[in-house]
Amino acid sequence: MNSGDVAWILVSTALVMLMIPGVGFFYAGMVRRKNAVNMIALSFVSLIIVSILWILYGYSLAFGSDIMGFTGSLNYAMLNGIGIEDLKGLEIPHMLFVIYQMMFAAVTVAILTSAIAERVKLSAFILFSVLWVTFVYAPFAHWLWGGGWLAKLGAVDFAGGMVVHISSGFAALALALVVGRRTGFEEYSIEPHNIPMTLLGAALLWFGWFGFNGGSALAANGLAANAIVVTNTSAAVAGLVWMIIGWTRGKPGSLGIVSGAIAGLAAITPAAGFVDVKGAVIIGLVAGVICYAAMDFRIKKRIDESLDAWAVHGIGGLWGSIAVGLLANPKINGYAGLVFGGSQLITSQLIAAISTLVYAFAVSLIIAKIVDATVGLRVDPQEEYVGLDISQHEEVAYT
Amino acid sequence: MKMVIAVIRPEKLECVKKALEEKGFVGMTVTEVKGRGEQKGIKLQFRGREVEVDLLQKTKIEVVVSDKDVDEVIETIATSARTGKFGDGRIFVVPVEKSIKIRTGEEII
Repeated sequence: MNSGDVAWILVSTALVMLMIPGVGFFYAGMVRRKNAVNMIALSFVSLIIVSILWILYGYSLAFGSDIMGFTGSLNYAMLNGIGIEDLKGLEIPHMLFVIYQMMFAAVTVAILTSAIAERVKLSAFILFSVLWVTFVYAPFAHWLWGGGWLAKLGAVDFAGGMVVHISSGFAALALALVVGRRTGFEEYSIEPHNIPMTLLGAALLWFGWFGFNGGSALAANGLAANAIVVTNTSAAVAGLVWMIIGWTRGKPGSLGIVSGAIAGLAAITPAAGFVDVKGAVIIGLVAGVICYAAMDFRIKKRIDESLDAWAVHGIGGLWGSIAVGLLANPKINGYAGLVFGGSQLITSQLIAAISTLVYAFAVSLIIAKIVDATVGLRVDPQEEYVGLDISQHEEVAYT
Repeated sequence: MKMVIAVIRPEKLECVKKALEEKGFVGMTVTEVKGRGEQKGIKLQFRGREVEVDLLQKTKIEVVVSDKDVDEVIETIATSARTGKFGDGRIFVVPVEKSIKIRTGEEII
């Protein structure tokens, strides 16, 4: 056991935990005042539900002994056999790895609440979350990090470009299509009610992302330092891209600036342990452009994936996952992308990105339809009109 | 001279603003308010339990116009703010004695 490693991953766990309410604040500022409490509450509910599931069987499905490359077994259910001894090949306790990974799962569920903003029952969201972690998140974590079929194929995902961002982004798109548009979408303007709150959320996300990507080195070492530097670089570049696009179209809105930064963060996530700072600049640059284009496309297609998890996280994560195969520098972590003469990595990254994308979209669509058919996804029109704060929580954000 | 006061659905504000502007009525004061009408707000049903949302978020628009324009303003607001459902709001008309422009001191009676 290495006390430096342990300290860093303990801190990283706390950093990633803070991203969860961070997502809540980020989203809550973008909805109307009558739904602000609900939006923040959904992120806490994500943390609560996933924390319990992870202990019960989630961790085991993700990291338990392999069953046909698709899922882990239940050998770690209720954290059976997991103690404070070192995890194999690392110098941190197994128990610490469990809770660090738990926070990843919880923030992923929080991200996909973008799709249900202002119109979905809390009970339906809880049911969806349970099914989604079981059938989408845990398998993905196993496929890429738990020795599953994509890991065997040679695909890499440093901190969750596929496991977290493709999964939540494409799940959000599927969920939004099943839920349908908010009442009044495009009929009258649905304005963000509190931009400073969104900026606060973005600040917590950016801050937490150092633990998300830096912690994914699973040690306090040079790789962690590289991950943090490239993470910050990509965020800044993509934020700048959105600022410039905003300027060319009128004024550089702060909402666009921070959304761009989040796109850069999502895109660098799978690559943070493989690319150098030059690669990070390219990743941030492209992420800024394509995530903005994806948002434009969504608006043009009149899809109410309300807070753009798909455009920002889904597309950002997709680009970043492919970018690993192009830009990975062997000096960082031994993996060589196309630019550095490695031809194998791009193939496995493409297969992994496309499989996770298709699976996340399809299975999330099925789960959403099941939830809709059983408990019903949407609140009734009157409840939607009054707002979810009162109808779901009997509270108001601003008295 | 009259003040037309309209209490409308918040989401209809843009619609009403645009409609008034098209008719040449630009000046207005807008306030966010809460209120209730004859239905006493909205009752939500939760498995046999009733939750009353007594005061609902509304938007109040105040427009001062000459007597001859009152009917047109009322008609414009009513048409653009109407959904046909409970909670569309109300329009009141009150007399205005004077209107003074602060910058110039100009007084309109």
